[in-house]
Amino acid sequence: MGEIVLKGVTKSFGAVSVIPPLDLTIANGEFVVFVGPSGCGKSTLLRLIAGLEDVSSGVIEIDGKDATAIPPAHRGLAMVFQSYALYPHMTVRNNIAFPLKMARLDKATIDRKVEAAAGVLNLTPYLDRRPGQLSGGQRQRVAIGRAIVREPAAFLFDEPLSNLDAALRVNMRIEISELHSSLATTMIYVTHDQVEAMTMADKIVVLNAGRIEQVGSPLELYSRPRNRFVAGFIGSPRMNFIDGTAAGEDGAATIGVRPEHLALSTTGGRWCGTVTVSEHLGSDTFVYVQADGVGTLVARAGGEFPVHHGDRVWLTPQPGKLHRFDAEGMAIAGTGQDRAGAAAAVGASNPRGSE
Amino acid sequence: MATAHSRAAARLTMAPAVVLLLGWMLIPLSMTLYFSFQRYNLLMPGDEAWIGFLNYEYFLTDPAFFAALWNTLLLVGGVLVITIAGGTALALLLDQPFWGRGVVRLLVIAPFFVMPTVSALVWKNMFMNPVNGLFASLAKGLGLPPVDFLAQIPLASIIVIVAWQWLPFATLILLTALQSLDSERLEAAEMDGAGPLDRFIHIILPHLARAMTVVTLIQTIFLLSVFAEILVTTNGGPGTATTNITFLVYAQSLLQFDVGGGSAGGIVAVILANLVAIFLMRMIGRNLDI
Amino acid sequence: MARAVSTRRKLVVTVVAWTVGLLIFFPILWTALTSFKTEAEAIASPPSFLAFDWTLANYAEVQSRSDYFRHFLNSVIISVGSTLIGLLVAVPAAWSMAFVPGRRTKDVLMWMLSTKMLPPVGVLIPIYLLFRDAGLLDSRIGLVIVLTLINLPIIVWMLFTYFREIPAEILEAARMDGADFKSEILHVLLPMAVPGIASTLLLNVILAWNEAFWTLNLSASQSAPLTAFIAGYSSPEGLFYAKLSAASTMAVAPILILGWFSQKQLVRGLTFGAVK
Repeated sequence: MGEIVLKGVTKSFGAVSVIPPLDLTIANGEFVVFVGPSGCGKSTLLRLIAGLEDVSSGVIEIDGKDATAIPPAHRGLAMVFQSYALYPHMTVRNNIAFPLKMARLDKATIDRKVEAAAGVLNLTPYLDRRPGQLSGGQRQRVAIGRAIVREPAAFLFDEPLSNLDAALRVNMRIEISELHSSLATTMIYVTHDQVEAMTMADKIVVLNAGRIEQVGSPLELYSRPRNRFVAGFIGSPRMNFIDGTAAGEDGAATIGVRPEHLALSTTGGRWCGTVTVSEHLGSDTFVYVQADGVGTLVARAGGEFPVHHGDRVWLTPQPGKLHRFDAEGMAIAGTGQDRAGAAAAVGASNPRGSE
Repeated sequence: MATAHSRAAARLTMAPAVVLLLGWMLIPLSMTLYFSFQRYNLLMPGDEAWIGFLNYEYFLTDPAFFAALWNTLLLVGGVLVITIAGGTALALLLDQPFWGRGVVRLLVIAPFFVMPTVSALVWKNMFMNPVNGLFASLAKGLGLPPVDFLAQIPLASIIVIVAWQWLPFATLILLTALQSLDSERLEAAEMDGAGPLDRFIHIILPHLARAMTVVTLIQTIFLLSVFAEILVTTNGGPGTATTNITFLVYAQSLLQFDVGGGSAGGIVAVILANLVAIFLMRMIGRNLDI
Repeated sequence: MARAVSTRRKLVVTVVAWTVGLLIFFPILWTALTSFKTEAEAIASPPSFLAFDWTLANYAEVQSRSDYFRHFLNSVIISVGSTLIGLLVAVPAAWSMAFVPGRRTKDVLMWMLSTKMLPPVGVLIPIYLLFRDAGLLDSRIGLVIVLTLINLPIIVWMLFTYFREIPAEILEAARMDGADFKSEILHVLLPMAVPGIASTLLLNVILAWNEAFWTLNLSASQSAPLTAFIAGYSSPEGLFYAKLSAASTMAVAPILILGWFSQKQLVRGLTFGAVK
């Protein structure tokens, strides 16, 4: 069990409001990622759920029970901290056993559970070492081990991978995903890295300035962002935004199109521009184009797309992949496919005509 | 950043320390304040009466008070000058690489751990005694007349004793500060053509300024209350030559049993110490970021 | 990068530094040496440095004449007792200041420090009278109380600066792991703070051991610690150098050794964290 419901939760530090009234339901067994830029209140939200901070108002329910006033120790949640927060004076074994000792379990049970957790996390050879003698990834695993032995209603992860190097981060990402598959326990994961959010989450909660901008599955957020903020935050490289007359052609204040949805052509298309930089990554090529009257656009091309600084190219958004936003930055229903298609057709015919 | 629960715990856990110190400060201090307005002598029980500022008038117009004030200033100032100048020199010396640094460091800090009564007696008898003291032997060896330090230059002698005790403190703090100086800054100055003296004046001294201020303030707090060294060497004499404020108040209250007069002196001492304390607290408070 | 220093320069510095170090240490060394001399050799002129008949007679005589061990015991009880009680009161207070700081925390810390700056003579008379009426004059309990109170601000401050270096996340982790307040302090905070607590304890034992205003004014014979024991040699016994030296050596040696062990923490403790 591990259903968590937030009803009208707010948090303010003194006069500063960090989280305006917020409602959220996290279903049992879900992997939910809170993502947003730093300072968006995602860690505070996690600490509110953990009970490490008091809510200023509102109710937090865990498994249908009002947990708002329950101290962290008794909420049945486990947390993995950014710094791992291992107890440096205890061996790995005692670190993992600590929550069980606090729960006053008998020694045999504790030993069994610790051994089991260590087995799952490949920590068995390190049980008698201290955290100081472990690598970053191993410490991370100990922190996870300490969380799983409690068999909590939900796991809370506070940017757990941010102290690891890039390669290790990918490994741990996969391990945590696998852990979620095998335990099927609710997990709430906080990160500022949208790649982590996209790859791990069942459900992503995008936060900005304490507000929920959008909740949805990764692909939902990717293909149907509710507003400009979400559109810009999810996806890498980020979506191109175009204001002004070019957007007006599509009946929007702003239009957005992802780099991977911009077709590049050396012969013709909707927008024409000059290549400033092309980044050849092998698998992909990212082309930065200073488009006439539109601004800088980034397009993703195939691995061996032969353009260089100073070349003239044409860019055309793929049909149905154009996002339209109104003056407030909210998405306008419909993808603008018809108009975009029509406009693209017009745009495509013009340069050709001028040749 | 915490919960109401932990804040409540915080108040509860802080309470004993706060209550104890509050009691320690308020109860006796208000009693002292009250006594200072009373005619109150332990030898004349039943004669207590409210006399307003008379005790203060007596205390502040007593020539002994001015002597004591002057002696206090000389004692504090003299010790500060010796320990800070000597401490800086020692810190610079100990910061150099040499063989046996750890051992020399231990030798230099040792006097700090010697209790005041011991250092006062050892200096008084074994070094400054005009007949059998080591200095007398030394003078005799050089064909000079021996000096009766504590009779002829009593205050200077006490300054030397106290400075010997506090030199390690100043040295240790200045050395710590010196070791936190980024050596690249010195090398940059050297590249800019600064000689050793320039480097000392323009780089090292400014870097040590903060530590020197801390040393000055903390030592001042302790030096204002020098007592044992005076008690076992000169007992404040000859005359009032080595009586500082602390000793004067002690003599007035516990030797002459004049509680009222002693209390007035105590309040004066508190006010004087507070003048220094305010500066010290500002210094420390500025470095305290919570 | 430390620069390579020429051997010649290092040799010169070595000689100078050792000379200065030995000069500063000399009074202590001389006292220790004199304690092994006979009274006649102690005042011999010119004095002999090492070439004398070493004797332990002074130590035996000091013990039998003025009962060193009783005073030593008093010193131990008073300094260790006041430090332990101080720690008991200060650990919870420092915990809350370091881990649950509020708007007033800084003010409370500064105020505690300010009590340390109260000159003892300002409260000498009331304390003397209160102690007289409570029968605490010349009692070990009375001295433990006073020394606990005068060193409490230092203990709180030192613990505070050490606790602050422990990441709050670890204590939060303990809370998430189901630790109650007592377990959080006993199983997580204290074991991690052992080095800091040890140096706090050491420094405060030293300060209490050497405290000479209250111990001299509030003790007579029963509770007198070593500070008062030595003051008794003021005169005329002070002229018996060998015995004075033996008594002094015995009063200083235990704490000097402790002090040497705690020297690294000394700066931080005595400057309330202003210099590290």
